[in-house]
Amino acid sequence: MAYVPLADQDHELHDPHTFITKYVWSQDHKVIAIQYGGTAIFVGLVALFLSAMMRLQLGFPDTFTLIDPSSYYQAVTMHGMIMVVYLLTALFLGGFGNYLIPLMCGTRDMVFPFLNMLSFWVYLLSVIILLSSFFVTGGPTGAGWTLYPPQTITPGTPGHDTGILLMLISLGVFIIAFTMGGLNYVTTVLQARARGLTMMRLPLSVWGILVATILGLFAFPALLVSAIMMTFDLTLGTSFFMPAIMAAGEQLDYNGGSPILFQHLFWFFGHPEVYIVALPAFGLVSDVLSTHARKNIFGYRMMVWAIIAIGGLSFIVWAHHMYVSGMNPYFGFFFATTTLIIAVPTAMKVYNWVLTLWEGDIRLNTPMLFAIGFVFTFIHGGLTGLFLGNVVIDLPLSDTYFVVAHFHMVMGVSPVLVLFASLYHWYPKITGRMMNETLGKLHFWCTFLGTYAIYLPMHYLGFLGVPRRYYAMGSTDFIPESAQALNANITIAAIFVAVAQVLFFINVFWSLRNGKPSGNNPWGATTLEWQTPETPPKHGNWGPEMPVVHRWAYDYSVPGYHQDFIPQNVPGDFGVSEDHDHDTEMKSPQDA
Amino acid sequence: MSETVASNLAAPRTGLPGLVDDWSVDKQTYHVPWGKAMMWIFLVSDTFIFSCFLVGYMTVRMTTAEPWPLPTDVFALSLFGSDPIPLILIAIMTFILITSSGTMALAVNYGYRRDKRMTAILMIATAVLGASFVGMQAFEWTKLISEGVRPWENPWGAPQFGSVFFMVTGFHGLHVTGGVIYLSIVAWKVSKGHYDKKGYEIVEITGLYWHFVDLVWVFIFAFFYLW
Repeated sequence: MAYVPLADQDHELHDPHTFITKYVWSQDHKVIAIQYGGTAIFVGLVALFLSAMMRLQLGFPDTFTLIDPSSYYQAVTMHGMIMVVYLLTALFLGGFGNYLIPLMCGTRDMVFPFLNMLSFWVYLLSVIILLSSFFVTGGPTGAGWTLYPPQTITPGTPGHDTGILLMLISLGVFIIAFTMGGLNYVTTVLQARARGLTMMRLPLSVWGILVATILGLFAFPALLVSAIMMTFDLTLGTSFFMPAIMAAGEQLDYNGGSPILFQHLFWFFGHPEVYIVALPAFGLVSDVLSTHARKNIFGYRMMVWAIIAIGGLSFIVWAHHMYVSGMNPYFGFFFATTTLIIAVPTAMKVYNWVLTLWEGDIRLNTPMLFAIGFVFTFIHGGLTGLFLGNVVIDLPLSDTYFVVAHFHMVMGVSPVLVLFASLYHWYPKITGRMMNETLGKLHFWCTFLGTYAIYLPMHYLGFLGVPRRYYAMGSTDFIPESAQALNANITIAAIFVAVAQVLFFINVFWSLRNGKPSGNNPWGATTLEWQTPETPPKHGNWGPEMPVVHRWAYDYSVPGYHQDFIPQNVPGDFGVSEDHDHDTEMKSPQDA
Repeated sequence: MSETVASNLAAPRTGLPGLVDDWSVDKQTYHVPWGKAMMWIFLVSDTFIFSCFLVGYMTVRMTTAEPWPLPTDVFALSLFGSDPIPLILIAIMTFILITSSGTMALAVNYGYRRDKRMTAILMIATAVLGASFVGMQAFEWTKLISEGVRPWENPWGAPQFGSVFFMVTGFHGLHVTGGVIYLSIVAWKVSKGHYDKKGYEIVEITGLYWHFVDLVWVFIFAFFYLW
């Protein structure tokens, strides 16, 4: 077989001329990334609005008439699903994955640009279907984002007919979109890297996105299958998940299905999904920390192996979400053990981030603040995970606000802080302009302190036994009056944080015109995306010459070099390099 | 270091050292075209879909309280007025699908020999065999529906029997139908000489998909019809 040296692709690169092919039906990964990002942030705002509605009800029950119990549950459900799937997954992989993979790997585009374009438009379709459920009779589904049957499709649950159907269809369409994008990301990283760019020279961002995408390709099938089965239960009257059941005094037409099967399928998707969100965040934050600490990432190889180990382990821990569902005690033991084992690679990563900062030449600019903020929130969220991973501690804490606090800390706030860190960090590359530092820092402190004001008290509410997902607590013997006062405080903090996000959007739009021009490499970063001939990079990224990589991604503050960073595409051996294994030019199979 | 790597690559190592070599080089990890790499990744992902279907099927079969209908009785067919022969239609369908894998493998071989005519003929033969498989599946569905099998009920026992049957064979049938369309398009392009410059890897990539669909059928056959 004859091979074209793939990274030197001058193959039939599509060549857009009109406005439509350049910016609308564009096959350029950078435009697709911005389309993905814009759409994801837009639905994210919808989710933010929904959470504000919930908090108003929880903090001040009986005050607001716009929320009744049904719409409260619908807000809970849609907020969760949008945040996890349509915002975080789409923004990390569709947004940052699309933007950074070809640039960091030194290619001109994704390997199949047309498929990539299709991926975005199908994603947009899934978002439209999802949002359309707000406008149908009965409204969106209100079964909680986990969509547990039999509740989901039993009469009495909000949106038990049309709303849930639209949700399931939207998820199916999303999975198709994700698969098209994900195949592209994995193939691009594996098969189309620049000359000299070995896997162990890849920036950790690419590693995180790569492994997360592989997790997605293996985990979303379980969600797809459960969505198909539930659609049949709903529309055809099959009984995959539905046992014989009474609803509102009437025997429903179901018989012999297994609700636990749905939980297994859902969490076989749902737990890797946590890492689909977390691993890209781990990767991106590593690059941000290293760049702004002017130090190589501590323990690069261990970081890579930790990402891979976490990815692998995430497939054998899913039933820790189901301790209260009823399960053989030996299974509980098994899943508790595997869950706690995940703490090992995760803790390794945290130590390495902290050790990267140790004695670094730290620049406390906005992206760095968000990145350091992430390390804080992630440690806190991770520590509560140790409690919930144990069966005996999970049982009393399950379905309380402790769980809400835990997962918001670990997979809500933490990835969102990384999103902000990354947006502030890569904004100059995307637009060619710097963002305003003062506004950015104000945004950081409001967000960071505000989220602590929201979620730290929630742990306490959980210990008190306040159940999650309740429309109103009412008056109970075991919950003291003070819990309500705490709830009101949380709501005020939440509204404050929500409003503070306006700072970010003002900054984004203001800087688009008025930010000071960034140049190609404002942060003095080593990775390839900062070495493009133009900023923002033009179509095809690299101009006539493809980049050649001579070193790993973290040559910061190397003694004996005239700058405190050595870009990956600079040849030569300067002073002490951490990259002992690849000290000189790597031979590729084409050269041999 | 670079010297040793280069000399190793001159004579590719096999086994574990070969794996290490593949993952240590720059540019591309596997020495295959992009499309082929992507197809492999897609097929692994698709494997998870079918695995979830089959695991779901086994779970409902275990949880349902009513007896599971006997496949040997349900899938029996009288030929020319004989007594009903168990699984005869399924046996023929399986035979046809596996035969189509053979014609596909031949097509790949002729493709790499750049014999456009034979490649196209063999791919069309594969597509025809696949289409006849789908046709027989349609016949099987019709027969069962006329006997009263529905996704929500059937005359012989657990209603999940019909649910699983229509869902799993339907999803597989969609894969086969998609494969037939895919094969026809590629065969047409082959005969037009579209791949003279690009190379005939596309035939092998199509073949990968087709063999996968056949392999999945073997598992469905074993777990649904023989169990």
